[in-house]
Amino acid sequence: MALSPARAAALAKPVVFAAALIPFALLASMIVSDELGPNPVETLNRYTGDWTLRFLLLTLAVTPVRSLTGWQLLIRFRRMLGLFAFFYACLHFLSWILVDKVFDWDEIVKDVVKRPFITMGFTTFLLLIPLAATSTQGMVRRLGGRRWRALHRLVYVAAVGGVVHFWWLVKSDIREPLLYAAILAVLLGYRVWVYRRRSSAVAAA
Amino acid sequence: MLIKRPPDVRPSEITDEKIYRERRRFLQQATAAGLLLAPVLQAPAAPADARKLGPLKRGPYSTDEKLTSYRDITSYNNFYEFGTDKTDPARNAKNFRTHPWSIAVEGEVRRPAVYQLEDFMKPHALEERVYRLRCVEAWSMVIPWVGFPLADVIKRAGPTANAKYVEFTTLHDPEQMPGQRGGLLGAGIEWPYVEGLRLDEAMHPLTIFAVGLYGEVLPNQNGAPLRLVVPWKYGFKSIKSIVKLRFVEQQPRITWMKANPREYGFYSNVNPEVDHPRWSQAYETRIGEDSVFDRLLRKRKTLPFNGYAEDVAHLYAGMDLKKYY
Repeated sequence: MALSPARAAALAKPVVFAAALIPFALLASMIVSDELGPNPVETLNRYTGDWTLRFLLLTLAVTPVRSLTGWQLLIRFRRMLGLFAFFYACLHFLSWILVDKVFDWDEIVKDVVKRPFITMGFTTFLLLIPLAATSTQGMVRRLGGRRWRALHRLVYVAAVGGVVHFWWLVKSDIREPLLYAAILAVLLGYRVWVYRRRSSAVAAA
Repeated sequence: MLIKRPPDVRPSEITDEKIYRERRRFLQQATAAGLLLAPVLQAPAAPADARKLGPLKRGPYSTDEKLTSYRDITSYNNFYEFGTDKTDPARNAKNFRTHPWSIAVEGEVRRPAVYQLEDFMKPHALEERVYRLRCVEAWSMVIPWVGFPLADVIKRAGPTANAKYVEFTTLHDPEQMPGQRGGLLGAGIEWPYVEGLRLDEAMHPLTIFAVGLYGEVLPNQNGAPLRLVVPWKYGFKSIKSIVKLRFVEQQPRITWMKANPREYGFYSNVNPEVDHPRWSQAYETRIGEDSVFDRLLRKRKTLPFNGYAEDVAHLYAGMDLKKYY
């Protein structure tokens, strides 16, 4: 019996959902069994930060991959991936406030104000909040498609902010943040390319 | 009635400590029996027994804080010559050749020379020093080093009146040290690694050259065969795998100052009051001890000069430590 593509996508959804939870499950088991390694604070911060960036890039990959492969149904996973990026960003934020700073508000404020990489990370986190809050069908309707799309372009800013945040964190070895930056450049570059081609097509017509 | 509470440690660490104490007892007995010869440095492939160092006297200044486990000390390392990830050095330094090894003593000294490591070490009795190590990245360890005071080495070299600083250099050997390859897209610092101390800092009795830890020859990832240990300064001052000591008049340009002068200064004394531009230095995580839950209960404060203020604060009397960070 052949599955219709729509049915296949519907079936795949819980699978993708469960897969996106695997990093969280691994983290939870590491915490419970005290296996975060010699420096648990560093591990927590880095692990949650890494996965936030990965899900942000995955979310941004949906549109290019969809138009290059023609697999239209991929769009059905975009919101879920975006919300997982926000989920891991929340864990990352909590790890900083709770475990790294242990609610030392003086230190937290000083971090945000004085340290550019934290200012950048904090701003990026704030940018993700309205996107998560307006991710429902209801909000799309209430805002109207055009305004909703305009608002959600903030995700480009957030992704750049996230990569810059990572770049400014490293001491001297920039190879890892460079890799994220390169992937992001391809994903954003694709959009610029599409936009240019479209506007030149319009101009020609 | 005196009730002794069992110490609150994990079984893995108890084992470590126990084996270690047994080894020490063995060393003491063996020494008494005249069975142990002078310390012999062996290639890493040598059997475990040959890695033992002895006889060791217990040096001054040792802390009785709980030792960081041998496993953590030897698997969580900043040694960019072997990679920038904490786990890289243990993996990439496995076949590092520390024998033969020569050390040049040059510059403003009356007796410049190039020594083979064995000859360099020969005049010195090895002692154990249990020191705190505080990394600039806000983590710390307690390490039982084996070594000898740098002051004795300096006296032997005989610094001239012009010698104001000592400059140390790490081996530069990209073939053996993969972290030194890759140019701009590598570790992001200049090679070879260079460090320096003011002569009075270098002469201070807390400052040692280490050749071992936990009673054994220094593992490669910890800076074999010879490294500096300056416990009141951030860890990066304690340069590893040293091949050269140069006595100079001008303050040396140290590697991390070259990489980022705004973030790293020449002195780099542990100071909870002076933040790294990107993070606070007020607190630290003790490696292997402070679980996520411990941290929620209490944060570990970093002490001025890493707790050695009584011994070293006078070296900096009248200096603005915010300016000379």
